[in-house]
Amino acid sequence: MKSSVLLFICCVVIWLGLNWPLTAGSLLSGVIVSIIVAALTGDMFVTRPHIAAHVRRYFWLAYYIVLLAVEVVKANIDIVFRVVHPDIPVNPGIVRVKTTIKSETGLTLLANSITCSTGTCTVDVDAGNGEVYVHWLDVKSQNTEAATELIVKKFEKVLQRIFD
Amino acid sequence: MNEFGYIFIVIGLGADFIGMLSLLRMPDVYTRMQAAVKTITLGTCAIILGVLFSYGISEVGFKALLCIALIGLTAPVSAHALARGAHKSGIPLSTESVCDHYHHSIVPSGEEKGNA
Repeated sequence: MKSSVLLFICCVVIWLGLNWPLTAGSLLSGVIVSIIVAALTGDMFVTRPHIAAHVRRYFWLAYYIVLLAVEVVKANIDIVFRVVHPDIPVNPGIVRVKTTIKSETGLTLLANSITCSTGTCTVDVDAGNGEVYVHWLDVKSQNTEAATELIVKKFEKVLQRIFD
Repeated sequence: MNEFGYIFIVIGLGADFIGMLSLLRMPDVYTRMQAAVKTITLGTCAIILGVLFSYGISEVGFKALLCIALIGLTAPVSAHALARGAHKSGIPLSTESVCDHYHHSIVPSGEEKGNA
């Protein structure tokens, strides 16, 4: 029930944004469709509705968005340097790193953040063993623990506070 | 407000141009993927952010915000899927590459397993 209500609120907010100059017809049709969708698929998409009530998680989410934006800009400066440099200084390789995040949303966002941060791109996630395979433009260490420290830690701490 | 938006649009076009250049200059499919997804995520988001600043929070502005969220979520996922698909279909890393732990995880080869 709780998860259906959450999904209903998300659907209505996105619908209102897409049809902003509000008319009675669009509001009514949006609400009706949202009720149907939320009643049918609420339990499928929102599996742990109780964590939406923890206020602290939203502050960490805001911090995560700022962190991600900074990382994306840093990654782009790095790419500009590598692409414009006449010799293309790359030292690529795929390394294995470990993660302790358990939730599916957390793992997905971790993989996305690794792809967006400096010189790294996720190739595969092994959720069962908590392993992530990362393509690294400039391999600094082939050791799993050292690479985990360099690539995963800064996002893992924040994402664990949001989703676990 | 308008000039501020134009600055973001120019930054975005610059990033997209670098992304295009990286597709031509990088040595193999993984490095290309990596350079392209980062520059194009930033480039497209910056252009849409420029639109948002030009129009303010209006009917156009909110759709722009929604687009930024959707691109930020989906662009890395598509890069991830393409890289994984390329590896599974056997496209090799460039000769400059130093290690490939993913290959060893699919085809176990004794001592290379673990911290190679």
